[in-house]
Amino acid sequence: MSSDIKIRVHQLSKIFFRKNSSVHAIRDINFEVKNGEFVCLLGPSGCGKTTLLRILAGLEKPSGGSYEMIHGDRNKPLQSMIFQEKGVIPWMTVEENVAFGLRMRHAPKNETKERTDYYLKKVGLWEFRKLYPSEISGGMKQRASIARAFANDPEILLMDEPFAALDEQNKYILQEELLSIWEETKKTVLFITHSIDEALLLSDRILLMSAQPGTIVREKIIDLPRPRKIASVRSNPKMGQEFVDIWNHLQEAVSGNLRGASTGLSNQVY
Amino acid sequence: MEKEVILAASQPIAYERKKWEKSQKKQNYYRTLTLFSPITILALWEVLSRTALIDPRFFPPPSTIIVEFVHLAVNGNLSSHVMISLYRILGGFFLGVIPGILLGLLIGMYKPVRYTFQPLVMALMPIPTLALMPIIIIIFGITDFSKMVTIAGSVFFPVCINTAAGVSNIDPIFVDVAKNYGAKSKDYFFKIALPGSLPVMMEGIQMGQAIALLTIVAAEMIGANSGIGYLIWMDYKAFILKGMYVGLVIISFFGYFFSILLRFLQRRLIPWQK
Repeated sequence: MSSDIKIRVHQLSKIFFRKNSSVHAIRDINFEVKNGEFVCLLGPSGCGKTTLLRILAGLEKPSGGSYEMIHGDRNKPLQSMIFQEKGVIPWMTVEENVAFGLRMRHAPKNETKERTDYYLKKVGLWEFRKLYPSEISGGMKQRASIARAFANDPEILLMDEPFAALDEQNKYILQEELLSIWEETKKTVLFITHSIDEALLLSDRILLMSAQPGTIVREKIIDLPRPRKIASVRSNPKMGQEFVDIWNHLQEAVSGNLRGASTGLSNQVY
Repeated sequence: MEKEVILAASQPIAYERKKWEKSQKKQNYYRTLTLFSPITILALWEVLSRTALIDPRFFPPPSTIIVEFVHLAVNGNLSSHVMISLYRILGGFFLGVIPGILLGLLIGMYKPVRYTFQPLVMALMPIPTLALMPIIIIIFGITDFSKMVTIAGSVFFPVCINTAAGVSNIDPIFVDVAKNYGAKSKDYFFKIALPGSLPVMMEGIQMGQAIALLTIVAAEMIGANSGIGYLIWMDYKAFILKGMYVGLVIISFFGYFFSILLRFLQRRLIPWQK
């Protein structure tokens, strides 16, 4: 049953209306995500990918079109979002942050404790569970954020550039950790990023976006075997080819938008 | 090219210990400075007053103020004045702080409440409650409660405005987190709005505390026959300035004491803030 559809987006549009200059953030977005699939939305900043994710997360209403997220098991929440680094709540300890979703949906006490403890250990925050976010590093905060989402046990995970603010080493470590936790649960993931490397490492499928208005222009299937490691993905020549291909594509999308200011950007690959 | 070689020491631990000892000494030195300044001023005052270089009728020597303090405390009814003032301060303080927090939270959380009350609060804030004392006395009589109302009126505004600011300054991302993880409005209030606004709210309460002390003295000068303010005013009118200074010292002590108490409370209530 892994081929059934989990997320279905149809002609989705969002306009931020202002009196003089309305912004067409996304236009006519269509895509589907299968159950258990890891999909990355890849695009330059300002292409509306965060807007799209926020609509799916229930934080924003679309202006047009529709979307559907199939809620299979009613005992589990449908979706949880992993926010950027600032998303951990400063007045709660690491432990309280991780348990937040479970507490909000009034899960049984022992289940809350069990799942919270499990994911605290899983992401290596067990010894730091009594600390406040201000006392831990950015990488640890993001671990807490990931643990919070997985502990909540949703059917779909929505991730909004969760590693964008981290330093490179931490980013690699967390990407691999995310993969290993995900492989254990096989949840459906929609992951937003502007990093080509990140998309290649993580996803089963990449949806490429262009900006202003944001729309999906291409799809790429990444059929590398799992479990994946950064080193093996990096050293795979096919992935190098894919990188260049995506990069060329994004470059067009970005420079096309710079209208007139785009000279000199075109043939430069690295 | 010139090379600079810095030789620290052959024994790093001994070297660092020496540095540490030096910094400790410096800390002690700063503490001495803090202690030294009021002592110097008091000593100077004592000398100038005793030598009549400043008029001892207006500035009696501090030592005589201390003697007067002890005298009033032992023979007089100083403690009853202190107790009644304290009672009014605390009563008025809570009478102002609690509605201030409640309205502040509502203004911060709900736009209709904000647009209804914020301009009103802003317009009323500059009016000194003391100027309304006559009206307050007409309504509540010359009672302890009328002093409490006066204090409450002054304390309310900074607390209310700071609390509202505290709520609206909560990063919208936490509102999103709460929403995405399915927080109901009760959970949102207790888990996000209240703790998120606490740091700024506490600053408002600290301000309110200072204002309460300013207000009590003035309020007791106008319509009271007991309390520290009354003591200060009567001694002033009777030209017993030693007694007046005793009253001022007590108020200063109150302020210091309340500040420390609130700072302590702040550390307990806001453990995530460093």
